[in-house]
Amino acid sequence: MLGGCLTRPDKIKVFWKRCVDEVMNLGINSMGIVFIISIFMGMVITIQTASNIDSVLIPKYTVGFTARQTVVLEFSPTIISLILAGIVGSRISSELGSMRVTEQIDALETMGVNSKNYLILPKILGFMFILPFIVVYSMFLGIFGGWLVGTASGIITTADYVYGIQYWFEPFSIFYALIKTVLFAFVIASVSSYYGYHVKGGALEVGRASTKAVIWSSIVILFVNYLVTQLLLID
Amino acid sequence: MIEIKNIQKSFGGVTVLNDISFEFFTGKTNLVIGQSGSGKSVLAKCIVGLHNSDSGEVLYDGRDMQSRTNSERKAIRKEIGMLFQGSALFDSMTVEENVMFPLTMFTKMSKEEMLERANFCLKRVELHNTNKLYPAETSGGMQKRVAIARAIALNPRYLFCDEPNSGLDPKTAIVIDNLIQDITREYNITTVVITHDMNSVLEIGENIMFLHQGINAWQGDRQSIITTDAKAVTEFVYASTFMKDYKKRMK
Repeated sequence: MLGGCLTRPDKIKVFWKRCVDEVMNLGINSMGIVFIISIFMGMVITIQTASNIDSVLIPKYTVGFTARQTVVLEFSPTIISLILAGIVGSRISSELGSMRVTEQIDALETMGVNSKNYLILPKILGFMFILPFIVVYSMFLGIFGGWLVGTASGIITTADYVYGIQYWFEPFSIFYALIKTVLFAFVIASVSSYYGYHVKGGALEVGRASTKAVIWSSIVILFVNYLVTQLLLID
Repeated sequence: MIEIKNIQKSFGGVTVLNDISFEFFTGKTNLVIGQSGSGKSVLAKCIVGLHNSDSGEVLYDGRDMQSRTNSERKAIRKEIGMLFQGSALFDSMTVEENVMFPLTMFTKMSKEEMLERANFCLKRVELHNTNKLYPAETSGGMQKRVAIARAIALNPRYLFCDEPNSGLDPKTAIVIDNLIQDITREYNITTVVITHDMNSVLEIGENIMFLHQGINAWQGDRQSIITTDAKAVTEFVYASTFMKDYKKRMK
């Protein structure tokens, strides 16, 4: 399938417009749910961390430090990607599946349009472009949510929290998170496109393809997550 | 003219098309008819290159589709307009954008020129004030017309219509049939209509191939189809009680 995608587009201008459309459809339209999830997860991480610190020997800023590490290293890149595998993956798969069963893909092929290049490649490139931005946005929101609940409930002061999120900060962790994110975006868009594009049958099969797309995207994300972590974080 | 020679196609060991040969003439509405499951749509997909036949040749004015390189195939495909059974309009695009789509992909026209061409094609299929509607907002008959307008946007040399009047009422079906025939004559194109609708056969069948269990069981025109004694054809044509009675009265 990827071989068919990676050809010269029939018309660069149309291809570019398709990529921008996909950035909007797959990325910008997911911002709302990412906002809600990130804020609340940041809040919960902060409360749970604070509630598990019993010893007076552990400084308060550990709450901010833990919130940052959790959000930056795993929550934003991996958990948000898994959630988007459900939202974006099923969207891609059902869109392509519906196009397949209603012969829209056949119509493109009959016209002489490379349907894989026209339909799938903009989704892959568009999502690989926008997901890192979504993840960075989620990181800020998660950390902000932690600060919000921490200061509002008196768990931690702003000064301690800010000190904590700056403490022992390694810029490499952002690079590691973004590398993962780009790979996850590729996995979500390509696996979902594969299942959607190859649907045979009717509406029932479109639904099944969406389910399979989400399941396999999630499994591959978890595997890639392990692989990248092993490669980048273990010396 | 499109010529098919000895087309053979199987799926999982089941032969769907068995040694089919036929000539589809330019300027005529050529019909492929037969019962459901007789292989009509598979044949159409083999001809336009959506399926590769196991053996045989498809010659578009002497040019063999299957032996060509991808770019040569693509060039032939740009000369093909196709109307699908379910219209296959892009549901994320308006009527106007659907008709403009092939122009956007394959011409260097300005937006104004494309709009002008799209309006011309929509007018030709007698659609007015529908430009900004989405396919879901139009009726089945209108969708077929839009699909025809899209199919003729690039001035095709070949037009394929797969069950063009399925799901339409008899009156709208005849309108669509006549529209296809008019366009065929007006632009002198080679039109292939896949159908099992006897009304269409009698209305526009100038050159007919009857497919039965994957073979070319009979060929002729709309006059000869009602007089032929070929068993498979008579079973198809006179399937209804009304037609059986009609035949008796005629005798």
